[in-house]
Amino acid sequence: MAEPMKIRATLKGDVAEVKCLMNHVMETGLRKDAKTGTAVPAHHITNVTCTVGGRQVMDAQWGGGISKNPYLAIRVKGAKAGDKVVVTWIDNKGDSNTAEASVG
Amino acid sequence: MPIDRRDFLTSSAAALTAAVLPRTAAAKPHAAQPHVVVVGAGFGGATCAKYLRLWDPGIQVTLIEPNPHFTSCPMSNWVVGGFLDFDYLVKRYDKLPKYGIRMVRDRVTGVDGEKRLVHTQGGEKIAYDRLVLAPGMEFMTEKVEGYAEGAKAGKVMHAFKAGPETLLLRKQLEAMPDGGVFIIASPPPPGRCVSGPYERASVAAHYFKQHKPKSKIIMLDGHIDVVSKGPMFKAAWKELYPGMIEHRPNNLAVGFDHRTMTVRTEFEDQKGDVVNIIPLQRAPQLCKDAGVRNDALDRWCRVDFTTYESTSVPNIHVVGDPIMSNMPKSAHVSNNQAKIAAAAIIELLHGRQPDPVPVIGSTSYSVTSDHTSGSIAVVMRYDPVKKVYQRQPEGGANKTHSEIEFEYGRSWHENMWADTLG
Repeated sequence: MAEPMKIRATLKGDVAEVKCLMNHVMETGLRKDAKTGTAVPAHHITNVTCTVGGRQVMDAQWGGGISKNPYLAIRVKGAKAGDKVVVTWIDNKGDSNTAEASVG
Repeated sequence: MPIDRRDFLTSSAAALTAAVLPRTAAAKPHAAQPHVVVVGAGFGGATCAKYLRLWDPGIQVTLIEPNPHFTSCPMSNWVVGGFLDFDYLVKRYDKLPKYGIRMVRDRVTGVDGEKRLVHTQGGEKIAYDRLVLAPGMEFMTEKVEGYAEGAKAGKVMHAFKAGPETLLLRKQLEAMPDGGVFIIASPPPPGRCVSGPYERASVAAHYFKQHKPKSKIIMLDGHIDVVSKGPMFKAAWKELYPGMIEHRPNNLAVGFDHRTMTVRTEFEDQKGDVVNIIPLQRAPQLCKDAGVRNDALDRWCRVDFTTYESTSVPNIHVVGDPIMSNMPKSAHVSNNQAKIAAAAIIELLHGRQPDPVPVIGSTSYSVTSDHTSGSIAVVMRYDPVKKVYQRQPEGGANKTHSEIEFEYGRSWHENMWADTLG
């Protein structure tokens, strides 16, 4: 797990557009293996946080309804060029990953 | 067929809001002989005009097209790869009048759906009983910041409508030094010819391998993977061009600086020596003006899939690229939709019920070199309950490319042109 995430934050006026692409299987726990017929165990992101310039701007609770390799885009007001953007996720198995970028 | 998550919300919202229009009472024809006007003489429009006349010589058909010749997009990557003369893509329209089609060389500037009139640049007003719009697509170049300036400076092109840009791209690849970087930036679906960019990477690699072996091709792909013929392309690239093509998925181009030749995507910047950006697409402005570009994102036209009549303006049918559907935007699909629309229009003009469960086929060939190719063939049938074309069993894509598929593909092109242009 924990393949690198892609992240970019672009400033337009005082709004930073943060785009992030996470690598995750996002198994719901309900899908059945086509060959064995047994359910594939749940394995999905449960929490995602985003900070911009040290300020937390998002704290999201996710579940099995989010698709594989989630794509996240948020707009953050009051950002400045050079602000550090950090996006972190944690999954139901305790795995996590973090990506950083600076607003540009 | 997988639905892209970015389009899912749009399409489901549109489905909720799409009002079911009551079928208007069949409009009375202007004259004893009903008149169908077809706009655009590509794979959709020319086929529709021809088959209307073939199947019902009692119908008067006018085909309006601004270009003097037909230029084929299928096979245009062969020109990019340097193994076909551009002239071979250019076909004459001279056989269509033999079917009793009135050809008008003009550009349609407006449609009056209420009065059932088409206005042209040449000042003509042409009345219709039924109108078929087959104008292809237009590029949303505004979605790539700096594209317009770059294109003006001759530093970027889409080359996704066969024409001068096809030759410009070829010229730039020829001028590129060995060891250069060729960038192909392609959009996520829906759009014209989803396998086209991968075919283009293949033909460029074929050329580089012989003449500039140190060069590299970087694909900045807005899609999640090489979905169309993916296993076939990936196997062919590994076999023929190991290490030459780098495919970077989830990387939609959003900007281009022609002074530094840098493409900006959602996630990275990439500098190239030759830059080919294929922007997102939509149904052309003409469709919007006619009131038939009616999906939630103002990009595509919603139609009744048994008649291809617009869901918003009666007596206007739309075929080919402008349609919002799960069908690929390919030459074969345009050609087949045109036949379904032609048959339905004839039934409607005679006050009969069109086929409620039409069947459509799509085959598409992609070359991987100047002598190998891979294909996909699917058959879809309209499901009137789910209101969508459902893929039928069997069919599918080649897992590997081959020389015999190349020969099949060559025949496919000849047959498509013959069927479309007479």
